[in-house]
Amino acid sequence: MPQPRTIIQKLWDSHVVCQPEGAPALLYIDLHLVHEVTSPQAFDGLRRRGLKVRRPDKTFGTCDHSTPTTPRELPIMDPVARAQVEQFEKNCREFGIPFFGYRSPRQGIVHVIGPEYGLTQPGMTIVCGDSHTATHGAFGALAFGIGTSQVEHVLATQCLLQSPSKSFAVRVDGHLRPGVTAKDIILALIAKIGVGGGTGCVFEYLGPAIRALSMEERMTVCNMSIEGGARAGLIAPDDTTFQFLHGRPFAPKGEAWDRAVERWKTLPTDEGATYDREVSIDAGALEPMITWGTNPGLGIPITAPVPDPSEAADPVERETRRKALAYMGLEPGKPLTGHPVNVVFIGSCTNSRMTDLRAAASLLKGRKVSPNVRVLVVPGSQQIKRQAEAEGLDRIFREAGAEWREAGCSMCIAMNGDQLAPGEYAVSTSNRNFEGRQGKGGRTFLASPLTAAASAITGVVTDPRTLLA
Amino acid sequence: MEKFTPFESWVAVLPVDNIDTDQIIPARFLKTVSKEGLGDQLFYDWRYDADGNPRPDFVLNRPPGNRAQVLLAGDNFGCGSSREHAPWALIQFGFKAVISTSFADIFKGNALKNGLLPIVIPPEAHARLLRMLEADPLGTVRVDLASQTLTLPDGTEVSFPVDPFARTCMLEGIDELGFLLKHEAEIAAWEQSHPAPVNTLSVNLDEN
Repeated sequence: MPQPRTIIQKLWDSHVVCQPEGAPALLYIDLHLVHEVTSPQAFDGLRRRGLKVRRPDKTFGTCDHSTPTTPRELPIMDPVARAQVEQFEKNCREFGIPFFGYRSPRQGIVHVIGPEYGLTQPGMTIVCGDSHTATHGAFGALAFGIGTSQVEHVLATQCLLQSPSKSFAVRVDGHLRPGVTAKDIILALIAKIGVGGGTGCVFEYLGPAIRALSMEERMTVCNMSIEGGARAGLIAPDDTTFQFLHGRPFAPKGEAWDRAVERWKTLPTDEGATYDREVSIDAGALEPMITWGTNPGLGIPITAPVPDPSEAADPVERETRRKALAYMGLEPGKPLTGHPVNVVFIGSCTNSRMTDLRAAASLLKGRKVSPNVRVLVVPGSQQIKRQAEAEGLDRIFREAGAEWREAGCSMCIAMNGDQLAPGEYAVSTSNRNFEGRQGKGGRTFLASPLTAAASAITGVVTDPRTLLA
Repeated sequence: MEKFTPFESWVAVLPVDNIDTDQIIPARFLKTVSKEGLGDQLFYDWRYDADGNPRPDFVLNRPPGNRAQVLLAGDNFGCGSSREHAPWALIQFGFKAVISTSFADIFKGNALKNGLLPIVIPPEAHARLLRMLEADPLGTVRVDLASQTLTLPDGTEVSFPVDPFARTCMLEGIDELGFLLKHEAEIAAWEQSHPAPVNTLSVNLDEN
């Protein structure tokens, strides 16, 4: 009998081109996504060497990071960002790569558009010069972020030199209670294992609470794998996956679809396969999570007090926590609920999809955002923007007093003009609360779209369960 | 890539855990389309005040940190985004190696591909080195990649692990893309026997 294998092992085995002696394996990449920020130096490298893009038919581009979320009829006001977006579009044209440009009606965040158009499929290897590439793992793909040197490697050869990662099973048992979401699962995991907890590993998310999630929610979980130190995180495909993909533009059609589904059904981890590491979480015990510090691992249940740094056992950890509290301007010992908020950001590759927007709108409907709070709602793609408008969500947001903007990474990375002022506090549905991440001197509380919307209404950090009907 | 040779250097001490790539180089500097000028933006928000003046107390703004080729950082250095601008900025500032108890995966790979050596040492040795440099900030370390040893200011040696292939590439100045390109025949053969799951050119969604 063949050795039982995890899905991680199967994906690896099926993409090893060769194993040169004394070197890592050549891993074949099925889909390479490119965007404006991490690709220009790679294209320059190709030109310097006189190389072509080996497989433009396995490459796809979109602009998102430095792309403004102001109306598209306006030019890009920041000359440096404009030059970068223009260079990106020029590079794609020169090398024959299909792409969604700044004014494309399909432009969006790279990790949103891949799944949206069915480019992302189970069983694939997917890379992008962006650490949140793990998002695509929600479909049972091995998807991970790479640096610009590796972007050049994949453009030139469609391969990477890679060593296998360790496997890390993340079991999420039980069922989420009302007001608790996929975002809270992943924030709870990172709080449990720490930001370096998954270094060297690929997560496989397992268990009934994961199976019960929609594809969009699964993407939220996989998206933040890197925040737990894992370069990739994935979920074995099932009927939820197949239903999501069916009929999307790049998904297989007709008989090819049937064959693909049969193939995809062989991907899940075999009975009896073992993992290098394991951790369990009880979804039923989770509360809405919020971060208080300056890395995503410094999160707590929203009703819990901010921990006292002196309780940390390790002296460097103690110092790190003190520094985080000082940056955040917080005192330990009391919960964050009631803390004033200046900005609420609903968006990013973590939480900018239809279910996220619907969740936020469910609380904002018929209510007003606090006059003290600026609220930005940034859909993940132009397609999502259209769908949300068709459902009337944009009206709900606008009537509540929120800004309804064009698609992009926006205030998650604050490269495009959407940013916090020094000292401001944001409740943000994005993925990183690092110092200055959302604008120099800005202070970030990471949370779910429900918590963000609840806090927008009250103007202070708010447990969304207090507003749920 | 230049060949990595043994060297002795002062050490810039920044003993903070989980230093993320947004601290190493803030995202607003990533709008560039080149690799140049990033050394000036290294640790920008820690290094300069609101008016853009150097903070005199920051380690990179005073000797010996401003002339050090080795950075001593806390655990899990380089976590966060995949931006290769982080190692580019460190190298352009003048660093050739970073010492920590662990590195984030993507940062480590990016660093090695650019000739910046991530040196992982045990927590005990890390604490010892930190104490020595607190006692004598002008103490030096010696880095020898061939023997995979770090010599501490007191002359004791600590060995460190390095991926053997990355080590060879750094010692001999081999570039990974050149290595990959030599396997064109294997790649082409693999493609012959593995149909593409998706063809990004097969559907024309958009006129750009």
